[in-house]
Amino acid sequence: MTITCEFDYLKPKTLNEAKKLLAKHKKSQLLAGGTDLIGNLKEDALAPSNLIDLKGIKELKKLTVTKNALTIGALVTFSDLIASKAIKKYFPIIYEAALTVASKAIRNRATVVGNICSAVPCMDSSGFLMVYDTKLKIVGSKARRTIPIAKWFKGPRKTTLKKDEIVTSIEIKAPATKHAGCYIKLGRYRGEDLAQATVTVLATSKNKFRVSFGSVGPTPIRPLNLEKMLDGKLVDDKLIEEVMKKIPTVISPITDIRATKEYRTHMCQVMFKRALLASIARLKGIGPSYGTNFL
Amino acid sequence: MKVSFVLNGEKRSVEVKPNEVLLHVLRDKLGVKSPKCGCERGDCGTCTILIDNKSVKSCLVLCAEVEGQQLTTLEGLMQNDLTPLQHAFIDSNTFQCGFCAPGMVVAATELLKEIPDPNIEQIKHALAGNLCRCTGYTPIIEAICKLKKPYK
Repeated sequence: MTITCEFDYLKPKTLNEAKKLLAKHKKSQLLAGGTDLIGNLKEDALAPSNLIDLKGIKELKKLTVTKNALTIGALVTFSDLIASKAIKKYFPIIYEAALTVASKAIRNRATVVGNICSAVPCMDSSGFLMVYDTKLKIVGSKARRTIPIAKWFKGPRKTTLKKDEIVTSIEIKAPATKHAGCYIKLGRYRGEDLAQATVTVLATSKNKFRVSFGSVGPTPIRPLNLEKMLDGKLVDDKLIEEVMKKIPTVISPITDIRATKEYRTHMCQVMFKRALLASIARLKGIGPSYGTNFL
Repeated sequence: MKVSFVLNGEKRSVEVKPNEVLLHVLRDKLGVKSPKCGCERGDCGTCTILIDNKSVKSCLVLCAEVEGQQLTTLEGLMQNDLTPLQHAFIDSNTFQCGFCAPGMVVAATELLKEIPDPNIEQIKHALAGNLCRCTGYTPIIEAICKLKKPYK
């Protein structure tokens, strides 16, 4: 399959140069890994006049991890995340989620920032970004801004990114106390597939919980009312049942080629219970290792 | 535009348009036929090659992007002779039609470089992006398991 639309290919070496190109050429498209973009170009879903390849900009390759904070530059791939021992240790949910992204050859190229800029509802990275304290750093032709992930997604494939803006990095803070978590992705088969539904749970040693659902609504979901039901409580079967009953009220899945809304809803409940119990067990140091398949 | 890179150990330059996909440039302009056109959307893995020693799906890469990089296709891996991995595949009668074989060999080569002695789960995870419609994968996985370990 050939790409029919014609464009110029530009490869700036600095962020400033990229900003200038983006301001100058109105119909530009930014390129990082390209695993989504090239497919969209082949299908004529996009017709840019310029592609601005960010891969020549060194500062966007930055990946720094400490016990408390993580910076993921715009060019960091999912393979980079998996290879980082510090991420596995301090941000284990990210490690677990990154393992489920497509296949090795895609993970070697696809970037996290590209994933959230594509903003396809079945993305794998939204779960961990929603449960960790995440902010996006964005530069525009005139100003810089930093916004929380909760304000980023506007709809399927829609974000608050303006035409003259570039997301330079994702900044994540670890919870103040010790934490553990779990990411479960439902696909049609084991191996490479897009998500039918995803559940992410983060549990802290203060008995606080954060929950996110993905691929079951136009944008990722962080149901604060469910988190409140769990906060500080002894998590027993009765409480889990009560929370599970509420899940259909916080998600809005559709029926499509990959699954029906009924199946997605049911599986969100099943996966929530497994992710919650696994998170609690992992917090105690007795849970299944990260990367375990829960389905 | 002119794009220069190292292809299977040899410096190459090629004149392309910015919208030309690497897979087609390799096959149609440079005569390297091991990467195959399967799904053309990154799902099937028949076009898998190595860029700077990392596997990528060449159907999702523009030729313009690989300026200055090292590209390795199956032809490059077997420049001296069939590799031990390929011998293992032959010995196990691994492939039937063989369309997936170049991508499988490239992906498995990357795996064995990272994990010389992989277990079955690791093999399945590494090859999840390479589809085979003939064999049900069993002989592919078995052949990799039978390799003399650790793989060098």
